[in-house]
Amino acid sequence: MVKLTINGKTVEVEEGTTILEAARKVNIDIPTLCFLKDINEAGDCRMCVVEVEGMRGLVPSCIQKVSEGMVVNTATDEVIEARKTVLDLILSNHERECLTCVRNGNCELQNLAQEFCLDDIRYKGERISGPIDDKSPSIVRNPNKCILCRRCVSTCKKLQGICAIDVMERGFASKIGTYKDLSLNDVNCTFCGQCIESCPVGALTEKDSVTEVWKALRNPDKYVIVQTAPAVRAGLGEEFGMPIGTNSCGKMVTALRDLGFDKVFDTNTGADFTIMEEGTEFLHRLQNNETLPMITSCCPAWIRYIELNYPDLIPHVSTCKSPHQMYGALLKSYYAEKEGIDPSKIYVVSVMPCIAKKFERTRDDQNGAGYEDVDAVITTRELARMIKQAHINFVNLEDSLFDDPMGEATGAAAIFGVTGGVMEAALRTVQEKVTGNAFEKLEYESVRGEKGIKRATLQMGEKEVKVVVASGLKNAQTIMEEIASGQADYDFVEIMACPGGCVMGGGQPIRSSKDRATIDIRAKRSEVLYNIDEKSVIRKSHENPVLKKVYEEYLGEPGGEKAHHLLHTSYVRREKYNLNDN
Amino acid sequence: MKTLEEIKRIREEKRQELDLRVNRGATGIEKHILVCHGSGCTSSKSPKIFEEFKRIIEEENIPNVRVVMTGCFGLCSKGPIVVIRPEDTFYSGVKVDDCREIIEKDIVNHQIVERLLCKDIDNTLVEKLDDFSFYKKQKRVALKNCGIINPEEIDEYIAFDGYKALEKCLFEMTPDSVIEEISKSGLRGRGGAGFPTGKKWSFCKEAEGSEKYVVCNADEGDPGAFMDRSIIEGDPHSVLESMIIAGYAIGASKGYIYIRAEYPIAAKRFQEAIDDAKDYGILGNNIWGTNFSFDCEVRFGAGAFVCGEETALLESIEGRRGQPRQKPPFPANAGLFQKPTLINNVETYANVTRIILNGADWYSSIGTETSKGTKVFALGGNVNNIGLVEVPMGTTLREIIYDIGGGIPNKREFKAAQTGGPSGGCIPKEHLDTPIDYESLKEIGSMMGSGGLIVMDDSKCMVNLAKFYLGFTVDESCGKCTPCRVGTKRLLELLTNITDGKGEDGDIEKLVELSESIEKASVCGLGQTAPNPVLSTIKYFRDEYEAHIKDKHCPCGECKKLMDVHIVAELCKGCDLCRKNCPAGAISGEPGKVHVVDPSKCIKCGTCIAKCPFHAIKG
Repeated sequence: MVKLTINGKTVEVEEGTTILEAARKVNIDIPTLCFLKDINEAGDCRMCVVEVEGMRGLVPSCIQKVSEGMVVNTATDEVIEARKTVLDLILSNHERECLTCVRNGNCELQNLAQEFCLDDIRYKGERISGPIDDKSPSIVRNPNKCILCRRCVSTCKKLQGICAIDVMERGFASKIGTYKDLSLNDVNCTFCGQCIESCPVGALTEKDSVTEVWKALRNPDKYVIVQTAPAVRAGLGEEFGMPIGTNSCGKMVTALRDLGFDKVFDTNTGADFTIMEEGTEFLHRLQNNETLPMITSCCPAWIRYIELNYPDLIPHVSTCKSPHQMYGALLKSYYAEKEGIDPSKIYVVSVMPCIAKKFERTRDDQNGAGYEDVDAVITTRELARMIKQAHINFVNLEDSLFDDPMGEATGAAAIFGVTGGVMEAALRTVQEKVTGNAFEKLEYESVRGEKGIKRATLQMGEKEVKVVVASGLKNAQTIMEEIASGQADYDFVEIMACPGGCVMGGGQPIRSSKDRATIDIRAKRSEVLYNIDEKSVIRKSHENPVLKKVYEEYLGEPGGEKAHHLLHTSYVRREKYNLNDN
Repeated sequence: MKTLEEIKRIREEKRQELDLRVNRGATGIEKHILVCHGSGCTSSKSPKIFEEFKRIIEEENIPNVRVVMTGCFGLCSKGPIVVIRPEDTFYSGVKVDDCREIIEKDIVNHQIVERLLCKDIDNTLVEKLDDFSFYKKQKRVALKNCGIINPEEIDEYIAFDGYKALEKCLFEMTPDSVIEEISKSGLRGRGGAGFPTGKKWSFCKEAEGSEKYVVCNADEGDPGAFMDRSIIEGDPHSVLESMIIAGYAIGASKGYIYIRAEYPIAAKRFQEAIDDAKDYGILGNNIWGTNFSFDCEVRFGAGAFVCGEETALLESIEGRRGQPRQKPPFPANAGLFQKPTLINNVETYANVTRIILNGADWYSSIGTETSKGTKVFALGGNVNNIGLVEVPMGTTLREIIYDIGGGIPNKREFKAAQTGGPSGGCIPKEHLDTPIDYESLKEIGSMMGSGGLIVMDDSKCMVNLAKFYLGFTVDESCGKCTPCRVGTKRLLELLTNITDGKGEDGDIEKLVELSESIEKASVCGLGQTAPNPVLSTIKYFRDEYEAHIKDKHCPCGECKKLMDVHIVAELCKGCDLCRKNCPAGAISGEPGKVHVVDPSKCIKCGTCIAKCPFHAIKG
């Protein structure tokens, strides 16, 4: 332990603690901006500078480690003046259009301006500017709002191992750029959206689809169906000030109805179909000695990643569409037929914790019923925006249930939103199919938890099945290297691009750097989904009555011809850098 | 491979052979024609002169004469320089066509070619290099071999005690006693900050870890500075030998020298020095049979000023974007590849062998109480003798500028000098007698820096000067931290406004306050010192700032946008020179009559002001 003094208060903390962390322990707040715990610890923005007796100049508290007897002052005139100047300088080089910014109200820079009560920008001058990149279906990058904190760069590089963006040029001309200044659409970006989650301001945002959804809702010719992914309910409440880890499923469904959607369905049902199809495919591969390990396919950023980085390993990827695409295909085929609705009039909106789903929707071979499976994808954040635009008092809404008959879903589907969830859901079904027995304990603890890579060996009858679960693309890379080099003997691999899975997806509510440093957001959001699972009556996908009915009445066998046509897809090899369209 | 005995033999034999280079009384029949191959003389074609000498000598079959390429003599503005030894005859401004005359007259007939002699400040012709006033107050320690040996010949280096210090360290001293000697000498870092070198070495030695590195910072980037460049070009082995000694002292077996790629000659010579040292077994495994091994590698810098900052330099060697790391941890604990690393500047290393051979007491007898030894300066700007000078610490600015530099040309007055380049401050007339040492310079708002010394006469606008240096900093800021990235840009914008006549009341205060925040909050030395030119010019020339802001007037007439070019009728003699030279046709008047400037046509180029022999035109 190390003892130090901060603003006259004696603090005892473990060795290796930073001044920032130590100060927070005694309720002394130090403003930060570029700091993102474990991801961007660079001390670049100089917002968090403090005075340390005996040290030259001002010291960045976010990275300076404490030492015995250290005397720290976090609020001397000199410190405040320096921070104010830094803030002033950042603001002077920022497109200050807060009122019309998507991050208005949830912007770390705006918060700082408020905290410092700036009455003027003192050092006005030239601003860096550049073209807005909105070519991709998923992500928009606005360099005019960028404050060069580099949180996105570190996220892309260190957390995800992608390096699609980095700092270009130098000095005042510094900018975040891509290879040859190409659009993110044309480089090795996977659209995981983690950079958006890291951006303290509005320089990185999702491609807005709210406008088109409103348009569809107002079009009397459209039958607008909305479906929501499992993780959305675990995050949406945060947008309305509810605590992290609130299950807002009931209120969400009510709000969606109030917004005017004709039907409100649960993507979880789609997830159950995914399990049926994927489980069947896995069993088929296992029993026929076909390409193993099989890798899950429900994460579109992951799919883009393998297409860009390991195209030779594509045969390992399950051909199953992701749950919402499967569901969309069924809505425009089975459901349309059953309800007597012209499928061309059905407009399917998916609410996803993800921005890559926006891209996935536009992929080829995602139109099983002859129409685009899904017409629009909005993120959790965009849904919150729609609810706010409609002035619905979300917090006080009554709970309500998804619409029948397509609304029924199992606990297995709910945990799709957590890393390891797809694996666990699949195992519940596969294990039963292999052994013929129902299992008492359905929790596969070995694939749960916060670790980025979780390996397990499971006994299925006489067969030992080796599985691995990875979340975060850097971890995915580790597994891919193992497979590519022939070292791996896995049978089944689950990969989610976002660390922690969809609950931490790039479309989820954006939390401040401080929240991320002090709250285990992943655990709290995951808990919501595990609770839903635990309280579900039906916890195995193959027992979902909707599935049984749809297979019996319409699809035939899981993995059969019709199911394949509607619910499976194909992949392509992608060049990392597309110079042709530019 | 050469054994230690063989090297000793080379030293003895070669020393005798080269005695005439340093012994003015040498009586042999041989003559050496030394042709400067420093950067300045090289760019004025000294290699061609060298070739021409060789060609003539061969053609004419002239015996007992040798043409030698050397490092910098220092008097760069008089180049290309040719010196005949042992007589020490000093020829300046030599051209290829002059070679034959020098051979025929001087070498063959022992007559001095008078027309190639140089005039000293007092207009007397100087025959011998040593007699030039430029050298009188200098003391060459770091530059000891420059202008004496052929930097591309390892034997010539060995002849002048080369690798003798290493021998002494390896066989007579322990690593601790080496560090002790360096500490006792009082040597401080010549890169600018002046950290005690012995202390740095000792931190590195004490740092935990078996893998350590020695790095030489040869990324000299101050505008107008060429000290380190000249040392490497003129005496690369002395730097290499010191690096090896440093490796022995701290327990490192690998060294890197980071040279900017714009210094091709320096890089080439250093690489050759490494290759030759390897051939001789001075670099490599088990040097001279000891269990000490050392290897060295050249790494190129791409020319970013910030890579002169030690941690940015390390990042660059590691192959990353050159931008600084937050300190602590200091390189001594976590440097190159996160291993303990000793990083010193070229000039610092150049002093090490001298200290080892001559002793700490000798070294510390030179200089002042807190700043020991000598300092090399690149003297430039509005001064008569532009070049490389090495003086004992404590020499005053006046001595350097007037006694060595020969004063201000064109009958102008001294106004200010800038030491430390863009990181330093300007020093006004009233501080001309400040002794040059780390503390004194800091006290008056400047810094030692790496040794750039730019002299400015009274025609130089100090606001414009600050703007020039800030322009440099803005260009060279790496962009990592906010205060430097945006702050220096804002300083430059404020200065530009002022020099454009758009300055407002309160701008000076803004400049000062912003400068102070940038100094305190920036990550590295670049940002921390970037405001120095602004603060020091405000401190000493505030009235100039005020004239720009309040009167919209540049007292020096340098800021074009503030110029009001007019002819003072009482002074105008009607010589018509201004009208003839005006490129815009803005001046009218008949010969013999007072001329007039038409402000609507005037482009404020200043040609007329410069041409007027009667100083009748004001800006």
